[in-house]
Amino acid sequence: MKRFIGFVRKEFYHIFRDKRSLFILFGMPIVQILLFGFAITNEINNVDIAILDHSKDVVTKEITNKIAASDYFTVQLIDSESAIESAFQKGKIKAVVNFEKDFGENLIRQNNATVQVITDATEPNTANTISGYTNAIFQKYLLEINQNKTTPYLISIENRMVYNQELKGVFMFVPGVMTIILMLVSAMMTSISIAREKELGTMEILLVSPLKPLQVIVGKVVPYIFLSMSNATIIIVLSIFIFKMPLQGSLFLLGFESVLFILTALALGILISTISDTQQTAMMISMMGLMLPTILLSGFIFPINSMPLPLQIISHAIPAKWFVIILKGVMLKGVGLLILWKETLILLGMTLFFITVSVRKYKIRLE
Amino acid sequence: MKTIGFIIQKEFKQIFRNKGMLPLIFIMPFIQLIILSNAATFEVKNIKFSYVDNDKTAFSRALIDKFVASEYFNVGHPFSSNNEAMAAMQKGNVDAIIEIPTHFERDLTKLKKTSLSVLINAIDGAAAGVENVYINQIVMGFNKNAIAELSQINPAQSGPAISKPASITSIPAFWYNETLNYKTFMVPGILVLLVTMVTLFLSGMNIVREKEIGTLEQINVTPIKKHQFIVGKLLPFWVLGLVLLTIGLIISKLLFDIPILGSLTLMYFYTTIYIFVVLGLGLFISNFTETQQQAMFIAWFFMVIFILMSGLFTPIESMPVWAQNLTEFNPIKYYVEVMRMVMLKGAGLSDIYPQLAKISIYAFVINGLAVWSYKKVS
Repeated sequence: MKRFIGFVRKEFYHIFRDKRSLFILFGMPIVQILLFGFAITNEINNVDIAILDHSKDVVTKEITNKIAASDYFTVQLIDSESAIESAFQKGKIKAVVNFEKDFGENLIRQNNATVQVITDATEPNTANTISGYTNAIFQKYLLEINQNKTTPYLISIENRMVYNQELKGVFMFVPGVMTIILMLVSAMMTSISIAREKELGTMEILLVSPLKPLQVIVGKVVPYIFLSMSNATIIIVLSIFIFKMPLQGSLFLLGFESVLFILTALALGILISTISDTQQTAMMISMMGLMLPTILLSGFIFPINSMPLPLQIISHAIPAKWFVIILKGVMLKGVGLLILWKETLILLGMTLFFITVSVRKYKIRLE
Repeated sequence: MKTIGFIIQKEFKQIFRNKGMLPLIFIMPFIQLIILSNAATFEVKNIKFSYVDNDKTAFSRALIDKFVASEYFNVGHPFSSNNEAMAAMQKGNVDAIIEIPTHFERDLTKLKKTSLSVLINAIDGAAAGVENVYINQIVMGFNKNAIAELSQINPAQSGPAISKPASITSIPAFWYNETLNYKTFMVPGILVLLVTMVTLFLSGMNIVREKEIGTLEQINVTPIKKHQFIVGKLLPFWVLGLVLLTIGLIISKLLFDIPILGSLTLMYFYTTIYIFVVLGLGLFISNFTETQQQAMFIAWFFMVIFILMSGLFTPIESMPVWAQNLTEFNPIKYYVEVMRMVMLKGAGLSDIYPQLAKISIYAFVINGLAVWSYKKVS
């Protein structure tokens, strides 16, 4: 035990003496959560669209005004079809609303008028949303002019947006950003720890010491637990006070789950460290290997339910996915362990698995 | 010139001798390209849907059948009460619930109006909005049929008094990508990210590694000139980046059938300059750090910012103005724009001129800084 404490103390010295790394470790997550919390959203607003009005009557003017008045769009006018192609190619506009000739007259005389919404579908997600939003504006306009013509047998729909009435993007993205930062920072920190000793040649000294593999591995993790926990605390405080994330569930549970997730990430980092020979390899695995899968498969930006089945299965292996579910559960839905036990057990299982494999893979001999 | 040749030779040897690294450079990026390109969709499908049917008539079942028939919804077991449904939503078993009131059919036929309540899990606000639209569409379609049928049964009550409401037919036209295939959009973008990551990480850690191991000092005492050393260090990674891009493009063409409308020459010309920017950044990071750990964290910091603020996953227009201004310094943003314009829209040199100009200035400035800050004396 005394040896173990001595080893942990050595690790602490290593970390705290490298002031520059320490500054980077604490400064970066704060900058990132602030930046991303404000900047990243999949809400659509201020999209540049153009109006091509062949009719130029009262109705099209009115609809154009409505489009211009909405937060979603910034409107400009163009006067010919030929201008569309070049505007799209330059990337100046994302969509064109093309009113047919005699739009207003058709609407009043024949009760039906046609408008074409041309979107630049190289960004299909945005294109689809723009198409939906413009349609909603048309429907709203119709509702106004149809007001005095009531239809019988109408089924009205009362909807309730549960957990997030204003459909704020922050509720989706802040938990995701928290998860990504904790996952990558924690995994990267430990991933080079053992590889570094190998590369610098100090591994030999560790190997001839009476420390057992498990002791070395746990000793490497312990100091980083404290670092990551302070990171997690800062991030949680920022998300509650700056981004006004609600905390419906218990703070204690949130703390416990965060520690568990940090442990999972640190253990994964240690596993990477034991299997790589150089720091460079370790970093490539932890950064290249974890960054995009964590961003894309955690359900942080893209809904997992919509992915093809094989990807949904792969996403089960991403620890971040489970932590995102837990965070949303505790912070937004206010649920407890009674409901989140499955996710918690999975993270626990992953942690134990990573530690066990690391101990097994830990070579007690040099090549 | 000969000196540079030797340094390049040394760098290539180091890359190819590190057997642990090779699969990370040449295989992992492409596995990710193939797998992850499938993940990045905002399409809302397989919505976990269920219902509370308090009416239990043929009519209410007909409405449910419409949901079963829709490709967007996975209809689960019905709930007997609202509370039960809410509990299921808390557990995450269901994301959208409609509640059909008792006397749903009777109210509609006798009172001529009725209502439904819809509950949607809105934590993902954007998806919730789309789910809401789908549900509305189904109910409205169902309603339209019901109106037609009921008016036929009771023609006297409806009669000619009701004038047909006005309607607007909106015809969507999705240019460049009619089927809204999001892979066309994502594959070039993800390819850019992967090429950038490999080159940035490798170049960022390269010189600092020599510092940490102590071999940099040996190079410093040789008569190798500063510029020779830097060119020799950067060229191998520049070649590597172009090779990765080429393999990636072949994969995108063969596997995802991504259209390449514009000129390949233009794309490679742009990439050539772009990789210089990335390498310059890497070199710059290398100069200002002492250990690989520090270099790694800084490279990571910029990479995450570049990725998430590139407009690839979330639209740049939606960001606040100050954040949009920040993205002007994001090389990935320009690269994603150019790849899309050239590959999917067939844009020519004059269309991408602004991006080309900006990236060239960027390359010049960042490499200038990197060379200036590199000191042969420790």
